Amino acid sequence: MTTPALNTDLLLFAAAAAAKVLLFLGGAMGVTALLTLAERKVSALMQDRIGPNRAAIAGLTLNGLFHPVADGLKMLFKEDFRPAAADRLLFALAPVLALAPVLTLFAFIPFGDYVMLFGYQLDLCVADPPLGLFLLLAVSGLSVYGTFLAGWASRSNFALLGALRAAAQMISYEVTLGLTLAGLMMVYGSASLQDIVRAQGALIWGWIPAWGIVTQPFAFVLFLTAAIAANKRTPFDLAEGESEIIGYFMEYSSMRFAAFMFAEFAEMLLIAALCATLFFGGWQVPFLYETGFMLPGGAALELPQWVTALMQTGAFALKTLFFCWLQLLLRWTLPRFRFDQLMSLCWRRLLPLSIANILATGAALLALR
Amino acid sequence: MNRAPAKNWDIEDLGEGRLALNMGPSHPAMHGIVRLLVTLEGERVVSADPEIGYLHRGFEKTCENVTWNQCIPYTDRLNYVSPFINNAGFALAVEKLLGVEPPARCQYIRVLMSEISRVTDHLTCIGASAMELGAFTVYFYLINAREAMYRLGDLACGARVTPAYARVGGLANDLPPGFAAEAAAAFKAVRENLADADRLLTRNRIFHDRLRGTGTLTKEDAVAMSVTGPALRAAGMPFDVRKASPYLVYDRFDFDVPVGSNGDNYDRYLVRMEEIRQSLRIAEQALAQLPGGPVNHPSYAVILPPKAETHGCIEALMAHFKLTVDGVKPPAGEVYQAVEGANGELGFYLVSDGTGRPWRVRVRPPSLPLTAALPAMVKGGYIADVVATFGQINMIGGELER
Repeated sequence: MTTPALNTDLLLFAAAAAAKVLLFLGGAMGVTALLTLAERKVSALMQDRIGPNRAAIAGLTLNGLFHPVADGLKMLFKEDFRPAAADRLLFALAPVLALAPVLTLFAFIPFGDYVMLFGYQLDLCVADPPLGLFLLLAVSGLSVYGTFLAGWASRSNFALLGALRAAAQMISYEVTLGLTLAGLMMVYGSASLQDIVRAQGALIWGWIPAWGIVTQPFAFVLFLTAAIAANKRTPFDLAEGESEIIGYFMEYSSMRFAAFMFAEFAEMLLIAALCATLFFGGWQVPFLYETGFMLPGGAALELPQWVTALMQTGAFALKTLFFCWLQLLLRWTLPRFRFDQLMSLCWRRLLPLSIANILATGAALLALR
Repeated sequence: MNRAPAKNWDIEDLGEGRLALNMGPSHPAMHGIVRLLVTLEGERVVSADPEIGYLHRGFEKTCENVTWNQCIPYTDRLNYVSPFINNAGFALAVEKLLGVEPPARCQYIRVLMSEISRVTDHLTCIGASAMELGAFTVYFYLINAREAMYRLGDLACGARVTPAYARVGGLANDLPPGFAAEAAAAFKAVRENLADADRLLTRNRIFHDRLRGTGTLTKEDAVAMSVTGPALRAAGMPFDVRKASPYLVYDRFDFDVPVGSNGDNYDRYLVRMEEIRQSLRIAEQALAQLPGGPVNHPSYAVILPPKAETHGCIEALMAHFKLTVDGVKPPAGEVYQAVEGANGELGFYLVSDGTGRPWRVRVRPPSLPLTAALPAMVKGGYIADVVATFGQINMIGGELER
């Protein structure tokens, strides 16, 4: 038996959750689409070119802003080709399996603290499970299925090579990825992302924000490296290796191919969001608290709660965009690793270093107790 | 070195756990068009078998049906990244057959344009192979530099890629006024872009690790396979046609021949980088020493008279007619003339029967021995090394398959 009051609460909760999903996921997907343009524009800037600037709506080009739309439409109208020998079910399933985990992961990322709306406290995070960090690793581990099955189901030698490389690479780097995060959990004492962000609001010696980059600087470098590797972007784009083996999605076309590309860009955004969340205070703005700014010297500035929430969400967005930009820069600067070099980097360099980081963190925590 | 027996294309008997990978003819790294049948064991290359011929246009046979001068536009399409060298080489060979020597100014301009071509070729090679290794930005830096050089070719003869600049006994036209200043600006642009690329690549750990120790060709093997050019010099053999048997006026310039020691891809890359600098040095010296005077041989038996003269002078009109219809007529005989192409020794072996058309034209393309050496270079390496090695041998289909 349910009471009408409970139903209202439940409905409100459902409506709030749906609104958050729509807002945050919609925003994330919109930014992802813009990232495809950013990639082309940033590369053009770096390479002394102009970049795309022709797509126009009613004669308005806005310096190429409509290109993601044009790209999407183009993909939509392409022939959806499937090789005769391909495994029909897996071939159709692979793009979904590649995209779904990435989009799911956005749910765990807190994009703000909370906001008071009509007297209700609305948490600015779609889902905040207590073991969010573990769930994050688990779900991101699933994305290897999409990649591997794409190559496997295509029945193409090139795609198969790409799939094998991808599987080895992603699984290897997931290990490092998980280990780099262990230090964070030790420092902040929680595996919930919202808790980790809240804990980063503390101050060390009264003036240094206790961001992940301060407490775990080494883990950040390892995390960023491993994350880009797990996302298979240059310099780790061996699974794609467009000039070598073309890649695991070689046989895909039309929107199925677009799904893989979209997953890659969405994951780029996700990595940026994770870097911001785990190592750069997430939505935290230094010295900004629920009531407003409180500087170490004693000066204070009171702000309405909604302004604070807005600034925090804005800070999160800015940090995320910064790391997106950083990844673009890396992509267009560095050449690609070779498979054996990539594996030796992971197992012989990054993995021991991340384990050493855990030990050092433990030792430091013991010493400071 | 034992030559591997002809490959059995039946992939049924590959052997346990092996994979046949058909790279090309339509593959991003197989520039030009070439097919490479690679047998893999995991990521390791067991054997590689290049199949060429997709770009065969019958250059040699076509030349037998046109006059000597009409061959020159065809030579543009041999190595289409460094066409001036082909032009100059062919014209030199015909002049050797004729026993004439073009004026000094023409020889200096040919050297200048050849070196410009060598720079464009090396820039393209380094840029493209860097792009294939994922360093996309470097490609654009180097292609911008190449564009500056192409503009010089454009200024000199009106075409960027297919100049057809040389003529038997001279040039299509003299350099335009103000060329030296334009050239100085272009050389500066090349040096700047080259320095950028140098900073991005040479000491880049990933790039170094990708090239060092891959695609190795020992000095002995390189010589045995008659490999020439940067690949031979990278293996430690200081052979350069410009030094070994100087043609044109190369003996009047001061330049070094860079030599590697390992014969791997990284050495090839370093040799090419240094050769760009040396070529710029030669080009600058050629510009500084450029003598005045005519660019064409004085005899109307060799080269077309100026157009204005054909309107008023019967001898010039007759020469114009005879040269256009019959072509220049070298005495019967045969000749071999080698020039240092961007990828190695580019040789023209010409046979004349005394008529206005070649009886036989044979080109010794530098790319052929290099492509033949490819299986030996990539064997035992990783599949990614195939791309790195293929990029560094800089196979040019037009020249390889003629």
